[in-house]
Amino acid sequence: MNKIFLIIRREYLTRVRKRSFIVMTVLGPILMAAIFVIPIYFATMQDEKRVVHVVDETGLFITKFSNNDNYIFIPQYTDLETAKKTLKQTEGYALLYIPRTELNVPSQAMLYSDKQPSLNLTGYISGVMNREIEKHKLAAEIRNQIRLSTPGYKAAADSAADNLMSETILKNIKTNVNIITYKIEEGGVEKKSSTEANMIVGMVASLMIYMFIFMYGSLVMRGVIEEKTNRIVEVIVSSVKPFQLMLGKVIGVALVGLTQFLLWVVFTAILVGGFQQAFPDKFKMPAQQEKFVANPQMQPANSNIETTANLQADTGNDTANQILEAVSSINFPVMIIAFIFFFIGGYLLYGALFAGIGSAVDNEADTQQFMLPVTVPLIFAIVMMQYVINNPEGPLSWWLSMIPFTSPVIMMIRIPFGVPYSQLALSAGLLIAGFLATTWVAAKIYRTGILMYGKKVNYAELWKWIRYKG
Amino acid sequence: MAILTVNNVSKHFAALTALNKVSIEIQPQSIFGLLGPNGAGKTTLIRIINQITGPDEGEVLLENQRLKPDHVYSIGYLPEERGLYKKMAVGEQALYLAQLKGMSRHDALEKLKFWFRKFEIESWWNKKVEELSKGMQQKVQFIVTVVHEPKLLIFDEPFSGFDPINVNLLKDEILELRRKGSTIIFSTHNMASVEELCDNIALINKANKVLDGSVKEIKKSHKTNTFELHYNNFDGDLKSVLNSRFDLKEIRDEDGIHTAVVKLPMGAGPNDLLANLMPHASITGLNEIIPSMNDIFITTVNAVNEGDPNSLLAN
Repeated sequence: MNKIFLIIRREYLTRVRKRSFIVMTVLGPILMAAIFVIPIYFATMQDEKRVVHVVDETGLFITKFSNNDNYIFIPQYTDLETAKKTLKQTEGYALLYIPRTELNVPSQAMLYSDKQPSLNLTGYISGVMNREIEKHKLAAEIRNQIRLSTPGYKAAADSAADNLMSETILKNIKTNVNIITYKIEEGGVEKKSSTEANMIVGMVASLMIYMFIFMYGSLVMRGVIEEKTNRIVEVIVSSVKPFQLMLGKVIGVALVGLTQFLLWVVFTAILVGGFQQAFPDKFKMPAQQEKFVANPQMQPANSNIETTANLQADTGNDTANQILEAVSSINFPVMIIAFIFFFIGGYLLYGALFAGIGSAVDNEADTQQFMLPVTVPLIFAIVMMQYVINNPEGPLSWWLSMIPFTSPVIMMIRIPFGVPYSQLALSAGLLIAGFLATTWVAAKIYRTGILMYGKKVNYAELWKWIRYKG
Repeated sequence: MAILTVNNVSKHFAALTALNKVSIEIQPQSIFGLLGPNGAGKTTLIRIINQITGPDEGEVLLENQRLKPDHVYSIGYLPEERGLYKKMAVGEQALYLAQLKGMSRHDALEKLKFWFRKFEIESWWNKKVEELSKGMQQKVQFIVTVVHEPKLLIFDEPFSGFDPINVNLLKDEILELRRKGSTIIFSTHNMASVEELCDNIALINKANKVLDGSVKEIKKSHKTNTFELHYNNFDGDLKSVLNSRFDLKEIRDEDGIHTAVVKLPMGAGPNDLLANLMPHASITGLNEIIPSMNDIFITTVNAVNEGDPNSLLAN
């Protein structure tokens, strides 16, 4: 046991002290933080205010666009051709044209611009229009209902409908219907959940496991090949059992990976947090929460509408809070424990196989033929990701989350959607069994392979090695 | 009492037999030469002694105990295929390997410092292995092999990669280790160093032990009763003077010195030869040709291979 510890220590220290490790540890968080920070920075950058001309033939929306930090909306009460000319002359950014439609509900708008209009702008416009249309649809519906139930009160019905067209209520209805779904848990507790957020959390987790297995698995493999080509391996196996050497290497490299991963998480958090501190106005999310807290009167008087929905309404077309809210519905203790377990379990299962491959070859170029059967299940799992997201409870998803070769990747996708503990336990048990099995097979190959030089090895040969005794 | 006993050890790899009922016995404080052509099974035997692999049949006893895991601490092994971690510092690496041999960090550090001083390589301690020449790396490897002061040392081609000065340094160290009580197994193709260093040898060919015993005895038993004769002023024909009893192998003339190599018949001695020649020539020298280990090696291996009808197929 003491010797395994020595081996783990060496594998760990030599890798952690390497310049490439230090560089990656520092650069990784900077890159990751950049991924979070730069889009926000650019999205909120105010270089100049852009002028958008609006020609609204329906007359429904023309006053509804409000100026903001980035855009100024100028109503144009002319026809389309004249407006186009005006846009050119005044060098405006874009022209929004909402044509009159024969049907009651206009559903189309055209945006003319000599540049590709930003997503920000089109998102804002469609958001405003959607809300207006919904408002009108609802008003019409209410009018209809009142008219049907109380004949002879037409005038009153109209004003009642107008009264009901309160912004808050309508916004609430919209967000409730379109974005938030309810997931009823076994305990009968209702929680808001968002498929999209579950999907993202699951995908990030499983992609991380996938990358970790590949990155550190091949690190193990290169380490074994290095020992073999260095010819140090025979010196070492005269002191320790080949199995101890292999296991020590696999565990040592796992610790390197965990160290790097934890350092990344910590550094990224520090960097993002620091950025948030330095430029708080760049992050809308906290600001909006404040606003919500500061204006309790924004809560609607109608008690039949859920108050929490107001939070959604308030954020308008910004989905950040919705995601946060939805993500908080995931069972995080389970998610984190499962992530660490499948992260390590999946790596150990494949790490042993990578060590076995490394021992069977003389150089990295020869690894190709043996890499295929090891990488295929992993790549298959990634390919099946989309399917599993769509059918987290389907039979294929169930099997893929049980088979040890795919379960680390697939189970992480399923967990945010809710997986019974019994299934988790079964999958975890199978993964441990799978790890023991691959380690046993790999150890057999490793024991013979590390002392075999200059021999082209094929599968028949590997099979023979597995069957050697003693 | 033998320090190492190998009893009828066999090892098979699928269809290939690497060792076939090989038995050897090594006395303490001796240098034992393990000889044999490439692929004879020497390395397999050494790996079995090191518990890198196990025998299919037979047993190996170290000091009359069956090999057990703890015995690796009593053995130092310098393999033929040897190397070090290139990116690792010399001292750190030596420390690591010594600790794997069961030494405490403190003891290992102390002993290593001693050996590094002895070989005058203290300045290498913090260098990376890749900065050292091949010969320098070999020195480090030698130290790593002996630092835990094992009872049994196994050197497989220890002199490869060394210059003649360092070969001598190493030979002295090996003799010194024996003097201090270590037993040494020495596997090499360099027969000159076998004659120089080894007390006993075993010759393995095609998985079988074909010869063993003390170097002196083996050489003695391989004498062919052949003599080398120096003479001058020979009047007549040597061949006719030596009647059919004597087998004239060779006649050389170098700078006026005549040399003949003559194989004597069974039972005949050098006096018989002299009696025949003295009337015809003045003899300046006569000495018996003692076969070198090199010759014994070649003749034994060839004799075995010729006697083995499968040898051509096997090759």
